[in-house]
Amino acid sequence: MIDIKKLTIESAHEALKKGDFSVRDLCEACLSNIKEHNERLNVFREVFGDVLAQADAAQARFADGSAVLLTGIPIAIKDNILIEGRKAGAASKILENYTAAYDATVIAKLKARGAIFIGRTNMDEFAMGSSTENSAYGPTRNPHDETRVPGGTSGGSAAAVAAGMAICALGSDTGGSIRQPAAFCGVVGMKPTYDTVSRYGLIADTSSFDQIGPIAKTIRDAEIVLEAISGKDPMDGTSSEPRKPSLEKKSKYRIGIPKNFMTGEGIDAELLKNFNDTIEKLKSAGHEVLDITVPLLEHSLAVYYILQPAEVSSNLTRFDGVRYGLRADGSTVNEVYMKTRGQGFGREVRRRILLGTYVLSHGYYDAYYRKASTLRTEIGKNFAKAFDVGAGGVDIILTPTTPTPAFKIGEKTKDPVSMYLEDIFTVPLNIAEIPGISMPCGVTSENLPLGLQLIGAKGSDSLLIDAGKEFERVLQ
Amino acid sequence: MDLKDVKHLAMLARLDLPEEEEEALLADLTSILGYINQINEVNVDLAENTAGPLHNVMRDDVVTTITGSYTEVLLASAPESKDGFVKVKKIL
Repeated sequence: MIDIKKLTIESAHEALKKGDFSVRDLCEACLSNIKEHNERLNVFREVFGDVLAQADAAQARFADGSAVLLTGIPIAIKDNILIEGRKAGAASKILENYTAAYDATVIAKLKARGAIFIGRTNMDEFAMGSSTENSAYGPTRNPHDETRVPGGTSGGSAAAVAAGMAICALGSDTGGSIRQPAAFCGVVGMKPTYDTVSRYGLIADTSSFDQIGPIAKTIRDAEIVLEAISGKDPMDGTSSEPRKPSLEKKSKYRIGIPKNFMTGEGIDAELLKNFNDTIEKLKSAGHEVLDITVPLLEHSLAVYYILQPAEVSSNLTRFDGVRYGLRADGSTVNEVYMKTRGQGFGREVRRRILLGTYVLSHGYYDAYYRKASTLRTEIGKNFAKAFDVGAGGVDIILTPTTPTPAFKIGEKTKDPVSMYLEDIFTVPLNIAEIPGISMPCGVTSENLPLGLQLIGAKGSDSLLIDAGKEFERVLQ
Repeated sequence: MDLKDVKHLAMLARLDLPEEEEEALLADLTSILGYINQINEVNVDLAENTAGPLHNVMRDDVVTTITGSYTEVLLASAPESKDGFVKVKKIL
């Protein structure tokens, strides 16, 4: 039997090309892991029934010589990314039985390369949460410890990669939803610069923060998927032409550590020690490490939890029981709206809609929304200064991805603020529209994975990937 | 914020709340506002809140699909439809 956990995209591709195994064998190995573990872990909302037919179509491309790196590679897709003719529901009751009418741009790009869609993965409802416990279809469990959460919101996608149910996966990241579950599950996750990947066909959470990105086992695998899905798309006005990777490859990086940002309460002591040890290893490998300060960084989370609910309260008005999904019965059209939304949205989504409605309401707009969006601009400028290499800035900033390792299921569901604090290190990147990678950097004494977050300047995605590969080499 | 505010916000957001949940939501929202109110301590000039380097993205105003080619598939998503239209409750 093929060991999916040991396969990278390139090693699978080589084996498929040489005929060591077929695409069918590869898919059957993933399906066998799913069969063995999915019932307990609740990773997939649906495993597609036509995987082997997809495999045969991909195999034909190896026969006719048109196979590329992603041909025949089984990929898990988050439940908020549309695939034509298949169900997609953002793990919400309000979209139960919704069938996508078109392909998301990322899906069309993967289809063109002959990738295999193995199934759609569980997530926090409408991508709001940090643990996948907000799914209307039950929590996903962490493959490393089934009593713990896999992180969220792309918890199903990260768990699928960690459990060998797919070789890689797509997630979406609004405030850490790719990086935090990647850290909790011991895999690599990347949120690209805001304009890198088209969001056409992604069910919107917060349009000014959302990015689709890869979850994989290695930085190289994440790079392969990112290259395939990025690019300008006329259907998403915020998307840009791919940036040319810088030709000048660095061998040593100037690394900034925002020390004062990592002294707050709630940061796990063992995790912090692992982080400091990691920094020492990078220093020993010849990288330059500096303490830096990014002003206002400590207010990012408050800014995020104003802007995010504000945009969500507006974005989710489209779920009204008229055009798609659930419709509850009522005697007037207004009653239909009220009942449909009351029954269809889960607790956390309702909470954020109310909060967003509040911060946007007359009399509070200046104090909350306007103030937060002003701070957002300032935080962006402060990051740009920190990365201004000509003025003594750094190439990369490092933080832990999360303040704690994976927590227990149920541990934080009673207190929303404690759940929100899980995102403290990841949200600043979405606010500043800059790229970030979470990569594994060891485990705790309880064998729980820990993540190192690499943060780069806007558009420095290829530099970040190069640095990630170098750090993989140093830390292995 | 009090219970009246929660009810009013729910009405504005067209969200039917079970009565037993209103108290719990009030407590949650109060605690979240307690956290986000920290931005009041930061001094920043609100006039600095400009759109930044944003630009409009336009496309030519031309039809790119065949009229009606998506009607069937999109209507199939609607809970109720009739004669090529989405059906809703009487509005007036």
